[in-house]
Amino acid sequence: MIGSTSEPLLAVRNLGKRYGEREALRDVSFEARAGERVAVIGPNGAGKTTLLSIVAGALRPSTGSVSLPPGRVGWVPQQTALYSRLTVAENLELFARLERSPDPRAAVVTMLEQAGLQERASERVERLSGGNRQRVNIAIGLLSEPPALVLDEPSSSLDPRQRERLWRFICAHSEQGRCVVFSTHNVAEAERYAQQVIVLADGELLFSGSPQELARAAGTDGGLGFEGAFVEFLRERGH
Amino acid sequence: MRWMLRKDLLILARSRVMVGVLVLYPIVVALLIGLAISRAPSKPKVAIANLSPPGATVELGGTRLNVGHYYSQLFSQVQPVPVATRAQAVAAVQSGRVLAAVVIPANIASRLSSVTDQGHVEVIYNGDALEQSFVHSTIEAALSQANLELSNQIRRVAARVIGALVQGGSLGVPGAPQNLPGLSAIPGILRRVIAHQPQGADRAQLEHLADFSEFAAQNLGVSREVLSTVSQPIQVQSTLMHGRRTPLDTYAVVVAVSISLMFVCVLLAAGGVALEREEHTLARLVRGLVSREQLIAEKLLLAAGCAAVVAFAMLAGIGAFVGLDWGRVGQWVAALVVAALAFAALGVAIGALAREVRAASLLAFLLSLPLAFLALVPAGAVAGGVYDAIRAISLVFPYKAALQALDAAVNGSSPGLGVSLAHLLALTALFAVLARLGLSRAE
Repeated sequence: MIGSTSEPLLAVRNLGKRYGEREALRDVSFEARAGERVAVIGPNGAGKTTLLSIVAGALRPSTGSVSLPPGRVGWVPQQTALYSRLTVAENLELFARLERSPDPRAAVVTMLEQAGLQERASERVERLSGGNRQRVNIAIGLLSEPPALVLDEPSSSLDPRQRERLWRFICAHSEQGRCVVFSTHNVAEAERYAQQVIVLADGELLFSGSPQELARAAGTDGGLGFEGAFVEFLRERGH
Repeated sequence: MRWMLRKDLLILARSRVMVGVLVLYPIVVALLIGLAISRAPSKPKVAIANLSPPGATVELGGTRLNVGHYYSQLFSQVQPVPVATRAQAVAAVQSGRVLAAVVIPANIASRLSSVTDQGHVEVIYNGDALEQSFVHSTIEAALSQANLELSNQIRRVAARVIGALVQGGSLGVPGAPQNLPGLSAIPGILRRVIAHQPQGADRAQLEHLADFSEFAAQNLGVSREVLSTVSQPIQVQSTLMHGRRTPLDTYAVVVAVSISLMFVCVLLAAGGVALEREEHTLARLVRGLVSREQLIAEKLLLAAGCAAVVAFAMLAGIGAFVGLDWGRVGQWVAALVVAALAFAALGVAIGALAREVRAASLLAFLLSLPLAFLALVPAGAVAGGVYDAIRAISLVFPYKAALQALDAAVNGSSPGLGVSLAHLLALTALFAVLARLGLSRAE
């Protein structure tokens, strides 16, 4: 276990991001505890990627703060960030060395095993399927064994079978005490895998709570299902 | 940085086609440019209709000059295509077989022998404006050279005749009196005769004659020098202001190597940085794993190192065929390394602006090629204002400075190596700063 379940492992306070005149993110705050999975959902252009990039330390906020430094947050960007001409093992080893892992070779072996990629270790990334690339992408995010993992739309390019395997992998890590923050367009995934849902629209935090609380906030009494409740929730707030 | 370098070298090693093109293409382009610069324009084909009788001579002051010698001046600067008549010469020009024709009339020897009449040579042109200009200049230059040769012959003959008149001797002309006393001897002879003459009108006349012959001898003596000046009023004396003269073939080597260095460096550096964006790894790297400054330094070292090795191999390879001074090898390396750093910095700046490797490569090509050509434009080839603009552009991009550094290193030309290296280092810093600004967009 990475930490206690009572204390917040990750605290995001009053985050804001401006691009010139445009405000991409406005005063967003939330907390995540060890072992908790937090889903960030919202329409296109809501600011989900901006929020996750700031939490991961890939983007500097204009205002606000993140309790964990970038080195303690594993980041899995939306597009696979890998060197396609290197093999799976070479990619993992390079990033393990850049992460200053005490034993890079051992970290590579561990990650290959956890991601189920031992058979593909010496295969070039350019020859892998989309699902396997995403597994390598996530494995790199986990190389430094961070207490928090941030994933930007991790399942977007995967087929249902690959998606299922991915979520099993992610859930296994959160069950070890790692807090996981992920964004998704698949609202059913948020309902199924997240304990906390954050709804963003136009850079503004509209809701933070459990999926059930979101359904109740939409006032649909479960008749529309979670996706219908979410759409109704946005519609009622002018989005 | 070591692991990033290792990674990039591994990627390069696995991109053999790309590396092959990256190395071979610039070398081919550079060699073609070098060949074009080093090779003097070929001699134009010119039809020669020599209508003068074979063995015709020009007789000047008893000396016979072979007309054939006069023609050889002209023939040496063109590819002569002998024709028998003027009509054949015209036909050869019209058919495009030759660019021009020179018709030497039958009476040229007699006209030149008369001294009072000029000889005439007819030149017939064809071809486009460029060819006309080229062949016109060549024939004009050849005729001027031949005229000068003839005028020197005339001067030598005239000087010999004047010498005989002043100093005495034989003119060497059939029918002319032998053992002339010489004008300079006459005043002495006259004065000895006058000494035995009584005062009177005869003696006064003899004294007048002695004065005149003395004056004539002095002034005819001077006229020999005057003839030299008139025959060649301007004599060329060359002075090189700085450094030493750069032979055309070694300059062509420098141009070829610097163009190769530029292409390999700029393309490799631009592609290396753009690849980080294309693979989406840039954002992952700069979130604490590698600083932007380290990334720029790594790409600089990679591109500059690879390109300097390629360029040195090229220089050494060409050195086997062209006489290069291997005693200056230390200066070659210094020039290559610093020029490579400046080109790599330019490449990194280009790569930082582009989102993908193809765009970066295209941008690098579009920018590099005109810059190289601009740097090769000689002063006086364009209007003053345009040349000033070219100089300003060449000042802020590394090609001209790299060319000068390499020329100084290989040929000892000016400006000196130190000045060019300082210029290149300043440009390296400038483009590294621009690259850093471009990489801020990693977010």
